[in-house]
Amino acid sequence: MRRWRSFAATAASVPITLFGLVLLTFLIGRVVPLDPVLAIVGDRAPQDVVERTRIELGLDKSLPEQFVRYVGQLATGDLGRSVMTSNTVAADIARFFPATLELSIAALLIAGLLGVPLGVYAAVRQGSWIDQAIRVVCLSGHSIPIFVLALIALLVFYATLQWAPGPGRQGIMFDGMVPQVTGLLLVDAALAGEWDAFRDALRQLALPALVLGLSNMAYIARMTRAFMLESLSGEFVVTARAKGLSAGAVIWRHAFGNILVRLVTVLALTFAGLLEGAVLTETIFSWPGLGQYLTGSLLNADMNAVLGATLVVGLTYVALNLFADLMYRVLDPRTR
Amino acid sequence: MLTRRLLLGAAGAGPLIWTQAFPALAQTPRDVVVMGIAIDDIVSLDPQESFEFMGGEILGNCYDRLVLPTFEDPTKIEGVLAESWQTSEDGLTTTFRIRPGRKFASGNPVTAEDAAFTLHRAVILNKAPAFIIRQFGFTKENVAERVTAPDANTLVIRIAEAGSPSFLLYCLSAAVGMVLDKKAVMAKAQGDDLGNAWLKAGNTAGSGQWQVRQWRASENVTMDANPNSANPPKTKRLIILHRPDPSAQLLGLQRGDIDIARTLSPDQLATLGKDPAYTLLSQSKSYINYIALNQNHPELAKPQVRQAIKWAVDYDGITKSITPSTYNTHQAFLPKGFPGVLTDQPFSKDVARAKALLAEAGLPNGFEIALDHTTNAPFNDVAQAIQANLAEAGIKVTLVAGEQRQVITKTRARQHQMAMLRWGSDYMDPNSNAETFCVNTDNSEANQNRTLAWRSSWKDDDLTKRAIEALKERDAERRVAMYERMQKDHQERSPFVILMQQVEVAAMKKTTTGLQLGLLSDRSLYGGISKA
Amino acid sequence: MNAITRDWLLAETPASRSQAAWGRRYRLWLQLRRNPLTMAGLLVVVLLILMALFAPLLATYDPGAQDLANRLQKPSAEHWLGTDELGRDVWSRLVYGGRITLGMVVAVVLMVAPVGLAVGCIAGYAGGVWDRLLMRVTDIFLAFPRLILALAFVAALKPGVTSAVAAIALTAWPPYARLARAETLALRRTDFIAAARLTGASPARIVLRHVAPLCVPSLVVRVTLDMSSIILTAAGLGFLGMGAQPPSPEWGAMIATARRFILEQWWVPVIPGIAIFVASLAFNLLGDGLRDVLDPKQGS
Repeated sequence: MRRWRSFAATAASVPITLFGLVLLTFLIGRVVPLDPVLAIVGDRAPQDVVERTRIELGLDKSLPEQFVRYVGQLATGDLGRSVMTSNTVAADIARFFPATLELSIAALLIAGLLGVPLGVYAAVRQGSWIDQAIRVVCLSGHSIPIFVLALIALLVFYATLQWAPGPGRQGIMFDGMVPQVTGLLLVDAALAGEWDAFRDALRQLALPALVLGLSNMAYIARMTRAFMLESLSGEFVVTARAKGLSAGAVIWRHAFGNILVRLVTVLALTFAGLLEGAVLTETIFSWPGLGQYLTGSLLNADMNAVLGATLVVGLTYVALNLFADLMYRVLDPRTR
Repeated sequence: MLTRRLLLGAAGAGPLIWTQAFPALAQTPRDVVVMGIAIDDIVSLDPQESFEFMGGEILGNCYDRLVLPTFEDPTKIEGVLAESWQTSEDGLTTTFRIRPGRKFASGNPVTAEDAAFTLHRAVILNKAPAFIIRQFGFTKENVAERVTAPDANTLVIRIAEAGSPSFLLYCLSAAVGMVLDKKAVMAKAQGDDLGNAWLKAGNTAGSGQWQVRQWRASENVTMDANPNSANPPKTKRLIILHRPDPSAQLLGLQRGDIDIARTLSPDQLATLGKDPAYTLLSQSKSYINYIALNQNHPELAKPQVRQAIKWAVDYDGITKSITPSTYNTHQAFLPKGFPGVLTDQPFSKDVARAKALLAEAGLPNGFEIALDHTTNAPFNDVAQAIQANLAEAGIKVTLVAGEQRQVITKTRARQHQMAMLRWGSDYMDPNSNAETFCVNTDNSEANQNRTLAWRSSWKDDDLTKRAIEALKERDAERRVAMYERMQKDHQERSPFVILMQQVEVAAMKKTTTGLQLGLLSDRSLYGGISKA
Repeated sequence: MNAITRDWLLAETPASRSQAAWGRRYRLWLQLRRNPLTMAGLLVVVLLILMALFAPLLATYDPGAQDLANRLQKPSAEHWLGTDELGRDVWSRLVYGGRITLGMVVAVVLMVAPVGLAVGCIAGYAGGVWDRLLMRVTDIFLAFPRLILALAFVAALKPGVTSAVAAIALTAWPPYARLARAETLALRRTDFIAAARLTGASPARIVLRHVAPLCVPSLVVRVTLDMSSIILTAAGLGFLGMGAQPPSPEWGAMIATARRFILEQWWVPVIPGIAIFVASLAFNLLGDGLRDVLDPKQGS
């Protein structure tokens, strides 16, 4: 019962956290040393056009007034209009967020599929040279700046070996071929039965996802190893061994089964971290996702876009943390 | 249990699976042209609002204007939608005859009514480029009676003050004068926005060679041939990809993913230039790079200091080694290709002279100063080279890098000391640059016309007066001479160190031909492009 | 002499508190020394620090000296790592860049660790409203991806080393606060704190003299592990043009300006990339080893 109450308390704090998030982004947005009006009217506009636009945007009001106005709009689900794309921010996010999601999910799959076996293997061979080698590999992935990894990947796989297609999310010939349902290109292409478009999307996705996945593998492998070591020394594993079960069965069925829940928590937290790596990866691979949208609008003082995108990222972050927290409380036998 | 064999096996099979699943990449299809360039500056595709480089270029391919300067000789003006025109004795009224038989993409005929609507719209919406039209004395209230269409083939424009006759024509040839399909636009109007929201979102309604099918900000623009154009393009579809990174452009070009690469770096162009499989197309642009010396700074206000800086910069060194082929040394406020341009280059690096001038100004040991500059290539390299140049003369420069709009914001607020920026002419008339580089009628914050001169807190009454006079001069030859003399004096006195003029170089496979680049970005045409 | 010292350090029954403390540290060091990877990390970190300290001696050229005629040269006897887009010697820039990178790391740590410690200790010790308030603020900062928040902050200030340091510090303190709070909560109930309270010590004194010092070891582990993340965030900011500005030879900024040469003169952007990688890996290896030794429950 207590664990439910404390979870409810955590969940109840989410709106407060979000309010803080909005306030913080809003304040940052308003002190940027860049005139947002300039982004709209351009450098040559006469001063009266500049002033008029400033009033239209409500920038002549005091900061608290602007904030109240913004929160009021938010409450009705209105994120405003982006200067850069001249769409509503909500529509932009609906288009860009799935791209980031698709990239992050693919990267998480890669990170998990590589990181978990490596972690298990390292734990089984604890202290051996293999364990050390895995440690170095994982820490290397964790230490290399993701933009360097991405640049090298492009140099090797696109420019030299010609295995991967160039930057972008979709080959131009496939652009607009697949009707948008979920926004995840792979899913949409499969739904529409457009297998050429599917293969194209997969090809475009492979390299950025690999780069993002590799640099986030370390944490998963590391945690898997730690959980497994603990689990392998647990009483029931020792018992299972004593009963004469094969090593494989002991490791996978008993020891590994025991850490699954905690692993899901780790995956959720890794996913949150992926969103951050996505900013740099997207910049290099011209991936039209939220990260690129955010940096682009930041540089152009497109404040509605910045606020909207930050809010969505923050929301995802909070949701993932909450999810990890929930999983941990509900399912982990140790907290019972 | 996870075995070593399994791990190694999986790793070995990786590339194999990859190549099987993904066969060699296809080239772009014959009837589709793909171009790589940065398009993130586009914020609107409404001709009466757009005021950026790429927006202008795309619109220039989708719309026609009444008149245009000819490609061969920009000092001559020819009719496009206008067949002929006549200016009254007093110089106030110009009557255009609209060319019959032209059609918009919708199939509607182009009439004088559409042309009048376009100019009304520019004035009423009053967006960024509106001043180009409004400077002839039009306001929301009077424009309906001053710009009229008595019949379908006649457009009458009555301006407030007589001036150089070519001035009006040059201004009408700017992107803001692109003629819209009134019926098509007004069908999409919301409230009193005159169709602004619809056009802004990436729709077009012109009589040009192309129409925009889709614009995705910072991703791509897809254009289709306009079947109703008087001169249909040679290809059916043109796709412009957002590729800000020159390396990505070069790779795409080499791999056949891109047909035309527009913004390669000088080093890449040098390599491609030697390869017979590629052609390079060069064209001077109307962009001028300069350093503004803010006159509210006590040291920079000294004439000798301004001169010293002009003599300290290694102009040719910079253009030869940092920006070969993409920028030329240029030292006058009018760009090459404009009527009246002064091609003299009086300044060159002379450290001794710069030092002597500084000593004369009472600063034998130099001084410290900040230089704001934009971060994009090649300007951060240029800024660092200038820092090194000025250091030789004893001036210690601190570099302050910023995104372009940040630097502009700062100069508009006159908070900079030195700022390196670029200026692109708004329309072909020399007044576009003469006004901004010379005119400052009121150095106070109340001034509505924040020219580059105002932003540098520089008020030179003589040049201000001469710029205004030149605008009114009705004799073409005398007018050109006036601008030449102004540029000479400007070089002597102004707080602008004019460095270089941009040259655009497009690279393409030998088999791709027909791209036309213009001095102004809204004059680069795609219609002739074809692939063998 | 050595043997005597060793015996003294490893004495089963230390004669004084300081001997016990030194003995504990020595045993940790022995444990640490057993792991070759950790030692490799330590070695590289020491080398990096030496490189930064003696940059003027190690550099073969002035890192700012331009030679436009010799741009983008390949590594050679004359220029060990080649030259960059303005003909500057890459090796010399790399050496000086180490100063900036390490300097930023040190500055961030000096700002973050005390703040995190203070917030965490106060929240943990005071409890109640203070705890809730401070932890809520911490949560808000934790709700941002680090790089994005840093990016927003730098954009709001002005790109440059100082703002980058401030921005990274702003985003780096919350985990420290959480850690310190957890430690403080555990310590609060211990006997010796209760004893201190009984002697009439003020809360401020208890936090400063008794609680905070005991939180330091776990913070040290966290700091070492965080170093690489700070280096990477700083480089990421530099790469996005929001960190150190040219002509500063900060490694991330060096990559950003040389990025356009990745296809033709790939070594120009890749070399500083390797430098970042090596520095970051060294701190990670060291931190990883330290964690194994100091904090076994978190690691292996």
